[in-house]
Amino acid sequence: MITGHGLRDAVLRRERSAEQIAREALARIEVAEPSLRAFITLTPDVAIARARAVDAAVARGENPGLLAGVPVAVKDLFCTKGVRTTCGSKILEQFSPPYSAAVVEKLEAQGAVIVGKTNMDEFAMGSSCENSAFFPTRNPWDARRVPGGSSGGSASIVGARGVPLAIGTDTGGSIREPASFCNVVGVKPTYGRVSRYGMIAFASSLDQAGPLAADVRDAADALEAIAGYDPMDSTSVNVPVPHYADQLRTDLAGVRVGIVSEFERSLESDAPMSALYRAAYAQLESLGARLLDVSLPHAKFGLATYYLIAPAECSSNLARYDGVRYGLRVADGGDVFTMFERTRAAGFGPEVKRRIILGTYALSSGYYDAYYVRAQKIRTLMKRDFDIAFAACDIIACPAVSCPPFELGAKSDPVAMYLMDYFTIPMSLAGLPALSVPAGYVNDLPVGLQIVAPAFEEGRMLGAAFAYEQATRHAWAKTPPVAAAYAQRESGRNA
Amino acid sequence: MSDRAALAEDLLMEAVIGLEVHVELATQSKMFCGCRNEFGAPPNTHVCPVCLGLPGSLPVINRRAVEFLCKTGLALGCDIAAFSKFDRKNYFYPDMPKNYQISQYDMPLTTGGGVRLPSGRLIRLTRIHLEEDTGKNVHAGASIARSNYTLVDYNRAGVPLMEIVSEPDLRSPEEAEAYLNELKTVLSYIGVSDVKMHEGSLRCDANVSVRPAGSSELGTKAEIKNLNSFRFVGRAIAYEIARMRECLRAGERIVQETRGWDETRGETHSMRSKELAHDYRYFPDPDLVPLTLPREELDQWRAQLPELPAAKRARYVSDMGLTEYDAALLTEARPTAEFFEAVASASGAPKEAANWIVGDVRRSLQKHDLELSASPIRPEQLASLIRLVKSGAVSGKAAKEVCEIVVAEGRDPQAIIDERGLAQTSDEEAIAAFVSDAIAANPDSVAAYATGKQKAFEFLVGQVMRASRGKANVDIARKLLKDRLG
Repeated sequence: MITGHGLRDAVLRRERSAEQIAREALARIEVAEPSLRAFITLTPDVAIARARAVDAAVARGENPGLLAGVPVAVKDLFCTKGVRTTCGSKILEQFSPPYSAAVVEKLEAQGAVIVGKTNMDEFAMGSSCENSAFFPTRNPWDARRVPGGSSGGSASIVGARGVPLAIGTDTGGSIREPASFCNVVGVKPTYGRVSRYGMIAFASSLDQAGPLAADVRDAADALEAIAGYDPMDSTSVNVPVPHYADQLRTDLAGVRVGIVSEFERSLESDAPMSALYRAAYAQLESLGARLLDVSLPHAKFGLATYYLIAPAECSSNLARYDGVRYGLRVADGGDVFTMFERTRAAGFGPEVKRRIILGTYALSSGYYDAYYVRAQKIRTLMKRDFDIAFAACDIIACPAVSCPPFELGAKSDPVAMYLMDYFTIPMSLAGLPALSVPAGYVNDLPVGLQIVAPAFEEGRMLGAAFAYEQATRHAWAKTPPVAAAYAQRESGRNA
Repeated sequence: MSDRAALAEDLLMEAVIGLEVHVELATQSKMFCGCRNEFGAPPNTHVCPVCLGLPGSLPVINRRAVEFLCKTGLALGCDIAAFSKFDRKNYFYPDMPKNYQISQYDMPLTTGGGVRLPSGRLIRLTRIHLEEDTGKNVHAGASIARSNYTLVDYNRAGVPLMEIVSEPDLRSPEEAEAYLNELKTVLSYIGVSDVKMHEGSLRCDANVSVRPAGSSELGTKAEIKNLNSFRFVGRAIAYEIARMRECLRAGERIVQETRGWDETRGETHSMRSKELAHDYRYFPDPDLVPLTLPREELDQWRAQLPELPAAKRARYVSDMGLTEYDAALLTEARPTAEFFEAVASASGAPKEAANWIVGDVRRSLQKHDLELSASPIRPEQLASLIRLVKSGAVSGKAAKEVCEIVVAEGRDPQAIIDERGLAQTSDEEAIAAFVSDAIAANPDSVAAYATGKQKAFEFLVGQVMRASRGKANVDIARKLLKDRLG
C-alpha cells in the first residue's frame, strides 16, 4: 500500500521525484475516476507545478516538510485561491475564492501536492455523499455502495489508494463515518486544534478539519501539518502541536480503555457488527490495555441535540448565499428580495433547505429557549459525561458506525440517514478528538473502530490507533477492486 | 377646541424621549478584519474576504474597538461587564454581507451610567454595545423598492459601531439636542470617534411617546429612524410630539411603529412594511469566543481618560474664577480647553486668558476662517501678549492688532510690536514734553477746559497721543495733563 510517509521519505532521499509521484497519482485517479467520481475539480497543472517546486527545493538541499511530495486531495469546502470551490452546491458552482484556507496553506507549506477538490454532500450535510449537487461518489470497495459522507470524495480516493492522503471535515461524523466505509484512517481533531479559516462553514461550533489517510502514521503527519493556533480563527486554541509521530507506539501496556455500555447495548442485536467490535476490543486487551466499562448517559440525546444546534448555526451561516456578491444569482424579475428567494430556491438542494428551515425554526422567537438553549445545556451535560468517563480511562474505544457501507438510495428517509452518525455525534458535541481506524470486514465490507481521547490528546489517540493498526493490518489484508485496474494499466503500459 | 384650550391640554401632556445613538469608532481598522476604517474612499476599496462575508472567512475582534467602547463607558460612569459576548442578528438585506450583523444582544459591554446635561439633569443610560456597521446601498431610484438597480458599497461594512441607548429620560426636543451635544463633546474629548454627523459617524434613532404630565407609565412609542443631523433630531421629535398630541386630541389611538423622518417635507411617516417585520433570531456567534476584560486593563484605560468637559467647567469656575458662560465656551472642544489651560498657566492670568480666547482670538479666527487647531498661534505667544499688556509695554488697542497677526501668522508678539512700532512708552519725562507742547499749542482748549468742558480735555489727550504717534501710555498722559491743568 502506498503511504504518504513512504513517498516523502523517497523524495527526501532523492530516490523518487515529487513530479513522478504526482504523475502516478494523477494516472491512478484517471483510472479510478470513471467508476468512483471522487473529484469535483482536478488540478493536474497546479499539482505538477507544486511537485516541481518540491523537487527544486530538495535539489537545493532544503527539506520541503512533513508532506514533501505527498499527493493530497482536498474536500471542496476548503477555499483554494483561484481554484473553483463549490462546497458541493449549485449555489457556489462557479465560485473561485480570492484566498486559500489556512489548512491549504499549511499543507503547501509542508510540501504537499494538492491534486484536486473532492466531492461531498452539499455544504457537508449528509452521510453518504449522495447529497452532492453534482453526482454521487462511489465506494472503492463496492461501487454499488456509498463512500459515506460528507467527506465521501476524500475517503473514496484514499480508500481506492489513488492518493495516500486527503483532507476532510467532520461536524457530526463526516470524517469518521466515510473513513470507516472506505477502510482508511480518519481523524477528527479537538475542536480548536485546526484553524477553520477559509473552510466553508456548516455548523461553526462543531466543524473541524482533519486527515483521511492510508495509515495512522500518515494521519499523524498530516495532523501535525495542519494543526495549530491561527489568529484568524478566534476559536482555534493556542496549545503547542507535538510531533505526533513520536507518540506512535506498538503496545498498549497500562492503557485504560473505556468501553461505552450504552453503545454496546445498541449494537447487541447486530451479531456480525458486535462480533467485529468485540474482537477489536480483545485485540486492544491483548496489546496490554485494560478494558473497563464507562457510561455516556446523555449520548442518547446526541442526535436530537445535534439536529438543533447544527441546523441553527447553518441557517445563519448559509444566509450569505443570496446572489448579491458571488455565486449563483437568479434575477429574473421582481425586487431584490425576490432575487434572494429565487437564488436560494434554485441554488440549494433539498437537504440543505430542510436544515435551514429546521434551524430557522429552532432560533425563532418563542422557540429559542425551548430548543436552542436546551440543546446547549444537553451539550454541556454530554461534555460532563466524557469528563467523568476520562477520569476512569485514558481513551475510549467504540464503534464508528452501526453498519458497513450501504447501497446508494438505501437511506431515503432523512432520519435513517441521520442515524448513521449515532456513534460519532457525542464526541463532536463535546469537541473531543476521535478517529476511525480500519477494524476488519463484515460481508467483505470495511468497518472502522472509533478511538476517542480527552481534548488535545490526539497523540495518545493516534498512539493507541497505531498499536492496533500494526497488530491487525486490516487495511493491508484486502485490495479494493479499483486498485487492480492500476496494476493492469501499468502492465499494459509495460507490455 | 379653541387654541387656548389646545395649548392648555398640550401643557398637560408630557413628552418622553429615549435616544439610540450609533457612533462609528475611529479605529484604524474595521471591527472584525484588518481593512482600513476610513470615510470617503472609492467604493469597495476597503474590503477583504472577512468584511465581504466570503465563504470560509471568520471574524476576529478588534481589541481597540473594545477599548474605545470601554473608555466611553468609563467616561459616562457605566458598569463595564467583566464578561460579555457577541451575537448574530439575522435578517436579509443587501448591504449586509453575511445577512446577519454581529452585535451584542443580552450581554452588552456596558450597562448603566449616564450623561449629565449642562442643566444639571442626569440622563441615564441603559447600555452601550459593540457591533459592526453595514455597507451602504446606493439606489438608482428613491428607495430600494422603487429602483431598477441598487449598487452596494461595502467600505463601511464591518466598521466598528457603538450603540448608546438612553433610558426614556428626555422630556423635550431641546433636551434631546443638549444630550446629543454633551455626548458628542465627551466622545470627541476621549478621542473615540470623529462624531461627524454629516459623514454618518454619529447617527440617531429616537423613541418618542407622550403621556399625561406626572404619569409614571409610558405611552405607546414610535421609533423615528434616519436622523442624521442634530437639527433633524430636534425637528423630528418636535413634529412627532405634535402629531401624537393631535392624535390623542382627536381621540385616536397611537400605534407602536417605526417612522421615518422626511427632511424635505419636515414630517415623519409610517414605515410599516414587511421589510421591518423581523424576528432577528439572535444567538451567540459561534465564530467568536466570549470577551473577558481583566481588571488591570480597565484600570489602565481609566487612567488614560482625559479630564472631561463637565469637570473642566466646574474647575474653571471654582478655581479660576471664570463665568459659567466662558467656561462652557472654552470646554466645547478639547483643543480649545487645552489651549486655554496652557495660556492660563503660562501667563498666570486665567481670566485674561479666557477673555482673549473667547473674544479677540475667536474673532480673529473667524476673520481668517480658521479653527484653533489649524491656526499657527501657540499658547506661549498669547501668554506673552497678555504679559505685555499687563506690564504696559503695549496698549490694549495695539494688542488687538498684534493678536490678529499672531493668530494668522503664529509669530512672537514682541517681534510684531517692534516691527510695527507698537510699543507703548511709560517714560514720564518724554510724555511730559508732549504734554507741554500740547498745552502751548492749544491755548483755546486749555481755556475751554478751565470753564469745565471735558471734551476739551479729551482733545488735548488726543494731541499728546498724536504727537507720540500713539506710543504714549494713555493713562500716564491723562495723569500728567490733569496735573498740569489743575
